[in-house]
Amino acid sequence: MNIQAHAVQGMDGYLPGDRLPSRWSPRSRDLAQALGFACLVLCVLISLFFLGFLIYFIASRGASVISWEFLTEAPRRAMTRGGIAPAIVGTFYLTAGAILFVMPLGLASAIYLCEYTPKSYLVNLIRLSINNLAGVPSVVFGLFGFAVFVKGFGFGVSILSGSLTLGIMALPGIISASQEAILAVPQSYREASLALGASHWQTIREIVLPSALPGILTGMILTIGRVAGETAPILFTAATFYTRGYPDSIFSEVMALPYHIYALMTEGTRPELQTPIAYGCSLILLCLVLAVSALAIVLRQRQRFSYGS
Amino acid sequence: MDNKKVRQFKEAVYRYVFAVSALASLAFLVGIILTLFTQSLPILTERPFFDLLFGRHWYPTHTEAEFGMLPLIVGSAAVTIGAMFVCVPIGVGTALYIHELASERQRALLKPTIEILAGIPSIVYGFFGMVVVAPLLQDILHIPTGLCAFTAALILGIMATPTVASLSEDALSFVPTSFREASLALGANRWQTLTKVVVPAAGSGISTAIILGMGRAVGETMTVLMVAGGAAVIPRNLFDPVRPMTSTIAAEMGEAVMGSLHYSALFAVGLILFLITLGINIVAELISRKYRLKLGLGR
Repeated sequence: MNIQAHAVQGMDGYLPGDRLPSRWSPRSRDLAQALGFACLVLCVLISLFFLGFLIYFIASRGASVISWEFLTEAPRRAMTRGGIAPAIVGTFYLTAGAILFVMPLGLASAIYLCEYTPKSYLVNLIRLSINNLAGVPSVVFGLFGFAVFVKGFGFGVSILSGSLTLGIMALPGIISASQEAILAVPQSYREASLALGASHWQTIREIVLPSALPGILTGMILTIGRVAGETAPILFTAATFYTRGYPDSIFSEVMALPYHIYALMTEGTRPELQTPIAYGCSLILLCLVLAVSALAIVLRQRQRFSYGS
Repeated sequence: MDNKKVRQFKEAVYRYVFAVSALASLAFLVGIILTLFTQSLPILTERPFFDLLFGRHWYPTHTEAEFGMLPLIVGSAAVTIGAMFVCVPIGVGTALYIHELASERQRALLKPTIEILAGIPSIVYGFFGMVVVAPLLQDILHIPTGLCAFTAALILGIMATPTVASLSEDALSFVPTSFREASLALGANRWQTLTKVVVPAAGSGISTAIILGMGRAVGETMTVLMVAGGAAVIPRNLFDPVRPMTSTIAAEMGEAVMGSLHYSALFAVGLILFLITLGINIVAELISRKYRLKLGLGR
């Protein structure tokens, strides 16, 4: 017996080549791996199952309700008949208003954070605000919008109040999407432009923004999808259960798709007639939101190939 | 000469415009804090803070109105903790699957699918919970009502899953390949490498993901408003109806008279809710900062 083997034996009482009584003997560790991987597969299947379950139910029950009249007519007989056209129009106005408000603001913030080199404490402060603003619950934005826009500025329950509230909620998302797009523009583009004598702003306007545009648009589209489906912020700032016709100014209150679903399920006296309409509404909203996010995803996949990367 | 001055002036103007826009986020955040605080001042001065926070009775419309938020806070806690039991295993499991097992094609399909799951509006989840899941659970579990903390927790958990999954996946992808290679070279199999090397290395990133998922669950409004049952009492078990903070605000704001104590109390609930999510965000920020340093990723 040589010294080395003796040393090993001295340590554990086993000779080299002996099978170690480890927890991880080959068979048990293979078993653990198989079990572990099976659990992971299960997790994915549960997520997919739930998604399928939800889409199946809403699509199968909502499809029978949807017709041309459903999409183009106003509700009749205390929400038990007719269509949802005013709600679709209302959601369109609210979303468009929010985007018009937040797009310039968010883009300008992103330009400042990426293209100008502000002091680091300022960057940290802004970054901290953006992160925290992103975590604020949607209903708190609703409270803020109600106290400030509806009451404070006297805009009342209106498209304007709702759009501003939704816009503030969407701001962090727009800023980070724009930032990402701007940062993806290669530094050499800027250097080339500056070397040719262009000013800082000219470089941003003529070189950086056009190159970053697809990414910025993708972020905007994703935001549209998110804003269109939000309910809590417009609950007390913009939405109402029923309007006579279509809104005639930015100071009129509106019907909105998400709020309409909520109202159909919680108000009114004929749930058996209102629930099918709510299914139809949910299907329309789901299609709208999914189409918008699918568009954004496709656009983004295409952009992966730009800049030669 | 003049031309140059004009140009410099223009540059300066643009710089200021952008700087002001960038400060908008800060202004909105401060505005939200100030609004919540000033609007809840009447109730904060009228009632002792301790009674507000730990009072056991929420009777805002009684003649002898009471504004104890404990039932609402317990309601929020119940559905959030319940949701974590759903979204943590499923979310992290899904992330691990995408990271470790999925083929290139599966990954290209799964990641957008998760994003779509994240994009479904909360009102649709709430509606689905109300008309499909609640009656189903009521039948299966033989409970008096399907609209209860359990159902709300289940649906909130599913809603928070995409957040946890995609952030965890990001964290996993930051783990250097050399860690994996070293572990595999030492003879560990893929599962051992995953559980003993990759997951611990991504640990704080995954915890950040879980904490942010929790933030999403705490702040979710429409789903709990429609599914949680809406009883503002301290639940005795998971199958009791509850009224979390978010749904209290959403449900009662419409009927509260402006300037009344009830109105102010709802802003106070909003303030507490805001502080909770602020705390959650700060913890997540601290953890992720530490984590980036640990893996040498810089700030």
